[in-house]
Amino acid sequence: MSMEITLSREDIVRLCERVEGAQTRAYAIPKLTDEYPGMTIGDGYAVQLELRRRFLARGHKQVGWKAGLTSKAKMKQMGVDVPSIGFLTDRMARPENAAISTADLVHPRVECEVAFVMKDELKGPGCTAGAVLAATDYVLPAVEIIDSRFSGFKFDLPSVVADNGSSARFVGGGRARYARDLDLRTLGVVLEKNGEIVAMGASAAVLGHPAEAIAMLVNILAELGESLPAGSFVMSGGITEAIAVKPGDSVIARFQELGSVSMRFVE
Amino acid sequence: MNEEQIQHYGDALYDAWRERRTIAPLLEQEPDITLADAYRIQLRYIERRVAAGETIVGKKIGVTSKPVQDFLGVFQPDFGQLTSGMVYQEGDVIDLGTLIQPKAEAELAFVLKEDLQGPGVTAMDVIRATDYVVPCFEIVDSRITDWKIRIQDTVADNASCGVYVLGKAKGDPRKLDITLAGMVLEKNGELHSTGVGAAVQGSPANAVAWLANTLGELGIPFKAGEVILSGSQSALVPVADGDELVCTVGGLGSCRVKFSGRSAV
Repeated sequence: MSMEITLSREDIVRLCERVEGAQTRAYAIPKLTDEYPGMTIGDGYAVQLELRRRFLARGHKQVGWKAGLTSKAKMKQMGVDVPSIGFLTDRMARPENAAISTADLVHPRVECEVAFVMKDELKGPGCTAGAVLAATDYVLPAVEIIDSRFSGFKFDLPSVVADNGSSARFVGGGRARYARDLDLRTLGVVLEKNGEIVAMGASAAVLGHPAEAIAMLVNILAELGESLPAGSFVMSGGITEAIAVKPGDSVIARFQELGSVSMRFVE
Repeated sequence: MNEEQIQHYGDALYDAWRERRTIAPLLEQEPDITLADAYRIQLRYIERRVAAGETIVGKKIGVTSKPVQDFLGVFQPDFGQLTSGMVYQEGDVIDLGTLIQPKAEAELAFVLKEDLQGPGVTAMDVIRATDYVVPCFEIVDSRITDWKIRIQDTVADNASCGVYVLGKAKGDPRKLDITLAGMVLEKNGELHSTGVGAAVQGSPANAVAWLANTLGELGIPFKAGEVILSGSQSALVPVADGDELVCTVGGLGSCRVKFSGRSAV
């Protein structure tokens, strides 16, 4: 993965403002590489970090990170061998059983993930799944509401990284568990929308084991000169495909051993 | 269909199975076959196998997932009979030379400790009557050319059953969440696909209850000790000489199977 930055500071700020406008006012924009075809993944992260700087300057609090593009099929499709990452803030969090407004979202989709809460700081490079498990306080089930700001959910890796990995909202819930009490590789998951099963899978769909996705996230952070702080909430990536939701939809994600997470969507 | 036609097609399927070759879809030869006719043809085919020395050891449930039901245009499962000649133990190598056009599916198998007599059987009765569950592979196979099956073809062909292998890990459905247990399927050491118990009729116990009730209507016994393959929780996996598959059911354990030789097609 190239973390090389090719764009000027001026271009990075310009693209950041474009993404920020689309995120805060909920409209779709063309993917950034239409205008900057030479844009690298490093450029994408430079835009994402500028976006984070602006949000934090406005008083948003970072609560953790998310891994995206963590299934082999999805990575192959994108022609990459690493997942993308994005930051999570308190403004994106919604409580379990919440009514979540879609008025400030473009075209939201939901996916089921195993989330980790860290008790120790983790630093790459060379972070392993074993190190992740040793540094984990507990795991819990989560639903991520992703929302690409790009028209038709069509993007490439530099664009989606700049758009903070399509992060929009997230709901953690269910039952907190010690990772050592579970086989995190074989947890079954069922996603229901309005009482109907719409997606299914097991946690190995995420890079063979969700802790592998967290290790890769830590190693990407190392390339960006950062570590994963103790106390971070980290989502490991979708086990199931993402399912579109609209006002009136009720969603419940049921996890083996971890309970369930529910929410509904309103105007 | 009259008894003569039923026997004709049952015998044709038996001969195709014995000689490891395929026949044209039955519906192409006989467009008016009903589902009831298809089960009578299946019965004839299985009677021929039993007459040749095999015994009935259980049942398989097929067409349990929504994608397969949508594909076949039916909105209920189907079933076939398991015979003693289909059984492999974990650790055995499956000889593809005995099969025609096999594919593997990862499933949860039930072994009953009590008879289940439908109609009126619920999923709760299934749990009560279950001795244990095990991870398993069913190797489906079709005696119909190129798998060009509609529901009547597969039912007549014993629900496309080939052979099966049960894992050694036994679980108690009172201690295991069979609905939410994950299914992880690996082929030659690489992740192939994942699934979950709910993929089978909302829960594998629902599929077994359906079977008990269907068998009850048909007057076919469903006895303690029988093995029931409850329906696929994975994608269909093509298999070839040298392949090794492992399926793991979350909270239960694994079933491992190797293949050697060449199938007929």
